[in-house]
Amino acid sequence: MKKQSFFKKFLYSQKVAPYVFVMPFVITFLVFFAYSIISMVVMSFQKVAGANTVFIGLDNYKVMSNAIFQKSLKNSIFYTIVSCALMIPIPLVLAVMLNSKAMRLKSTFRSILFIPALTSVVVAGIVFRLMFGELPGSFMNQVIGAFGKGPLVWLRTPATVWLVLYIVCLWRWTGVNMMYYLSGLQQIPADLYESASIDGASTVQQFRYITIPLLKPTIIYVLTISIFGGMAMFSESYMIFNGNKSPNNVGTTLVGFLYRLAFEQNNLGIGAAVGVIFLVIVLVVNFVQLILNGTFSGKER
Amino acid sequence: MKRKNRITSVLLVIFFICVAAVTLLPLILLAVSSLRPGSDLMRYGLNFNIDWATASFRQYRMLFSGENNYFIWYKNSLLITVVQVALALFLSACVGYGFAMYDFKGKNILFACVLLVMMVPTEVILLPLYRLINRMHLINTMWGIILPYLVVPMLVFFFRQYLSGIPKDFLDAARVDGCTEYGIFFRIMIPLMKPSFAAMGIYQGMSSWNNFLWPMIVTNNIDKITLPVGLQSLLSPYGNNYDILIAGSCFAIIPILILFVIFQRYFIEGMTAGGVKG
Repeated sequence: MKKQSFFKKFLYSQKVAPYVFVMPFVITFLVFFAYSIISMVVMSFQKVAGANTVFIGLDNYKVMSNAIFQKSLKNSIFYTIVSCALMIPIPLVLAVMLNSKAMRLKSTFRSILFIPALTSVVVAGIVFRLMFGELPGSFMNQVIGAFGKGPLVWLRTPATVWLVLYIVCLWRWTGVNMMYYLSGLQQIPADLYESASIDGASTVQQFRYITIPLLKPTIIYVLTISIFGGMAMFSESYMIFNGNKSPNNVGTTLVGFLYRLAFEQNNLGIGAAVGVIFLVIVLVVNFVQLILNGTFSGKER
Repeated sequence: MKRKNRITSVLLVIFFICVAAVTLLPLILLAVSSLRPGSDLMRYGLNFNIDWATASFRQYRMLFSGENNYFIWYKNSLLITVVQVALALFLSACVGYGFAMYDFKGKNILFACVLLVMMVPTEVILLPLYRLINRMHLINTMWGIILPYLVVPMLVFFFRQYLSGIPKDFLDAARVDGCTEYGIFFRIMIPLMKPSFAAMGIYQGMSSWNNFLWPMIVTNNIDKITLPVGLQSLLSPYGNNYDILIAGSCFAIIPILILFVIFQRYFIEGMTAGGVKG
């Protein structure tokens, strides 16, 4: 009885309580995250075959010279760059237009543009895969047919494959990014614009010298999530090609390659090595970002 | 000047009507097609050419007929979403509260760990995590899907941010009144956090309901998979799956759309959390 009350007192003390509160995170962090990272790093130096694992040094990292690895890495980087180039300016312009004084029905349009974000990658993938089907009657073939262009095999030619993937990305995320910008825009004091227009600044000048500089934190945030979303892209490609199999690997991404090694070919050691390479890329990108905007890290403290 | 403004207004509205039409087009196409027989789609492709004479809700009736697994998947997804939202909200609120309200040894390092987990995409640790879940014999179970994501860094971050606006004197006053540390959390803080629970519940609910990659890896039994995984499995050009595929996709979005119309504010708040504040 006495022992229990001592334990209770210990648990209820102001010193111990914070550890009790953060305990769920500590446990899941150690068990799932830290353990996974460590076992992945260890596995990347091993040849794993059933029960016997052999330490083979850096052999697994020879995958870096593999042509498909290079292609999938290139695909991921290319996708990231183009999707950033689309997903930062387009929602920004839409947000500024939507936020302008002359605009009517703001909240209606805001909600409509947000709706695609409610769909899962699966439903979006199903619709777009079928819309861009290769039958002459598939919706997009009907559309280009109206302009006298023949039916295209959209999902088999590299150029149109990537076009479809960008359209899916734009469709799903424009509304969300626009919302980020809108809440950023609402924090810019209106009198800044007023005094600027009294001084004779044009709309474009106001956009360039007031909106963009003051939205910088939001732009950086959108850039960050776009980079990580882009580098981790896999499900979209998986849906569009109905599996992790695109003709001649046109749509294979880094995660797709990892998935193939780890779950389709049971190549655990090399799969782990690709995971480690991916982790290093992520950490480097983060590091660069933290350096590039010291303001961002300074504000967080 | 006034006239120029009106012209801009009209042009802007026309422009946004076009954008909205393009945005809604795929979903309308899906809804219209769900009324057509699947064999039609297979033969002619997905388009707006619908013969209203043959249009019917037959496909939706098939979903409910019990002759396929659709509602098993639906039930699996619903259960996982409810359990995951409840657990993730509660545990992440605890952790966020711990970080926001106390100063303790190792706090900064631990919080750096939260940020680290937030930064690293889950795709990076797909393989080791799968092996771990496999060794825990949790393949094809709900817990295999939920356990690794019990504490969500994003939610921790948000709750911490939200709570940091509440003065700490509050706590001291409660302590003087004889409230225990946990009593403060349950009796005082949780009621104060209600608005943030709504937004974060929707954020977590959306990501659980729509989650695809991890459930696909953890489950492979036809009775254990979730709705997105099940729908994906129907997307093969062979067999007569399109009836269920299109109507089933529609029926997966409809409840969310209804909730969105009612709780719009919370949806937008929840799904864009972390934006400016972060």
